[in-house]
Amino acid sequence: MPRRPSIAICLLLLLTALALSACSRTADAAGAQAGTGRAIQNKGSDTLVNLALAWAEQYRVEHPDISIAVTGGGSGTGIAALINGTVDIANASRVMKDDEIAEAQANGIDPQEYVVAIDALAVIVNKDNPVSELTIDQLADIFTGRVRNWKEVGGLDEPIILVSRESNSGTHVYFLEEVVRKGDKENKDVFARQTLLMPSSVGITSEVKRNPHAIGYDGLGYVDTNTEKLIAVAKDAGSPFVLPSVATGADGTYPIARDLYVYTDKSPSQAITDYLTWITGPEGQAIVAKLGFVPIAKE
Amino acid sequence: MAVANEPASSPLATAPAPGRRWGEVIIESIIKIAGVSVIFIVGFIFLFLLWEGLPAILDIPLRQLFGPQWYPIEEHFGLLPLLFGSLLVTVVAVLIALPLGITTAIYLGEIAPPWLRDILKPIIEILAGIPSIVLGFLGWIALAPLIQTMGAPTGLTAFTGALILAYMALPTIISIAEDALYAVPREYRDGALAIGATQWQTIWRVVVPAARSGMLIAVMLGIGRAIGETMAVLMVTGNAANIPAFSENWLFSPVRTMTATIAAEMGEVAQGSTHYHVLYAIGLLLFLITLAINSLAARLIGVSGGRRSRPGGSL
Repeated sequence: MPRRPSIAICLLLLLTALALSACSRTADAAGAQAGTGRAIQNKGSDTLVNLALAWAEQYRVEHPDISIAVTGGGSGTGIAALINGTVDIANASRVMKDDEIAEAQANGIDPQEYVVAIDALAVIVNKDNPVSELTIDQLADIFTGRVRNWKEVGGLDEPIILVSRESNSGTHVYFLEEVVRKGDKENKDVFARQTLLMPSSVGITSEVKRNPHAIGYDGLGYVDTNTEKLIAVAKDAGSPFVLPSVATGADGTYPIARDLYVYTDKSPSQAITDYLTWITGPEGQAIVAKLGFVPIAKE
Repeated sequence: MAVANEPASSPLATAPAPGRRWGEVIIESIIKIAGVSVIFIVGFIFLFLLWEGLPAILDIPLRQLFGPQWYPIEEHFGLLPLLFGSLLVTVVAVLIALPLGITTAIYLGEIAPPWLRDILKPIIEILAGIPSIVLGFLGWIALAPLIQTMGAPTGLTAFTGALILAYMALPTIISIAEDALYAVPREYRDGALAIGATQWQTIWRVVVPAARSGMLIAVMLGIGRAIGETMAVLMVTGNAANIPAFSENWLFSPVRTMTATIAAEMGEVAQGSTHYHVLYAIGLLLFLITLAINSLAARLIGVSGGRRSRPGGSL
């Protein structure tokens, strides 16, 4: 007879315990946030994520009291998080769009832009692909699907497999504007519909590595030249073909190089300002060069 | 104690012994809350999807919404390629999983010796427990290169996704179909054998038809599992929002499913934008598709399974 009530009591106790632990956990989380107040939240571009991690680790060594939490997800993701007020610093491989700035301002956030590095965007093909040089015009034809066979650009008689990042990637948007549309704002061309959209940089490199007909693009810092082949790119038919490198990115001869940005709210905390000064200073820029990106010019 | 328990076990008991009433009341109300909350949660999910998805349906002209181009950063919100991708992958997955699943269930339930059955059943249940992302990895690392070497221009195709999904839907189909077979009364088999039918004739002409409604539910739930799967298809179908031309090989073309689109793009969108609402509209569409499948399944039970209202318990 006493069995059933005891089960009920057990259940009640269990529920109470659960409720209590849930309460204490939220209290802990709140305490952690309020107490330290120095965990800088940094999120955004996958192109920048390795660089941002390297910065954060080195900065932590020099300033042990400040911790920086770095996550990727894409430029759009980071900017959306800045707009929604969930991060302090957003990494982006493209500039914020006007409607994004307007949305941020509607949320009481006034985004400030800083150029932190330059990225040469490498066009990559499989190692067995005989093609090694392409002009911007040819790349535009390839990625819009006007050219669908490698023999039309001097390769084998095989179909071209297009590989791109997802459209939430700043790299995708940059490649769309500067290569697919050749920098022409009136041009409304888009990627061919059969383009494979990869959720990550690794997705692009692994498909290019194993598919002899694939062509993709990725930040120079992510390319492993042992398994992928870099394409030398020419601005137009009369210009020389240039391989991407830190040097050709810095002197501007490689045509597909872009600035990388971070965004913060206007007048961020002292800790964030110090961090940004350190990133753009000699120590931060030394890490930029070490990871295969192009350091920004000293001003 | 035994005496006091006797009337309580009957549902008609009106005046149980005092002192145990409170415990029962509390337990019963907890159970009731749990049961009723399910209805509320489903209702809230539907309202939420409707609330967030409707602006897209009102904002975007229907002709564009059912257009052939999905390129959200340029405000092209054509859902057709996504619908096409989801349906193609799901239909092919079910076509692969169905014969495999039903025959495995028949083997397990009717033919396999008990000792083998005792080995196979737990293994199939383990299969059901493998996280989908692990199967996605498997498809990405092993299956996609294999399909590419078989002559497809790329290994990331609708067929790759369908194979992975079929593998995922198999345990569901097998265990429910097997339960349905198990629920067929023993007398049916005895009767068939007694009038001289062979084992195969008994299975094919008597047992399987008798378990038909349960088998249909197995298929429906398999479809539901396949169409809602996200991460694995995101990894192996190539995600190209494209409807291949009639002349092309549909099976070996990359496709983009509705679920993969939501997963890949939800992190990017600014809250309140058209793109944001369109993603919810896709969620709404998925919800309605699975709802339709489930109610079709429920109706099929009602039509052909009147004798046994339920084919077994382990849903």
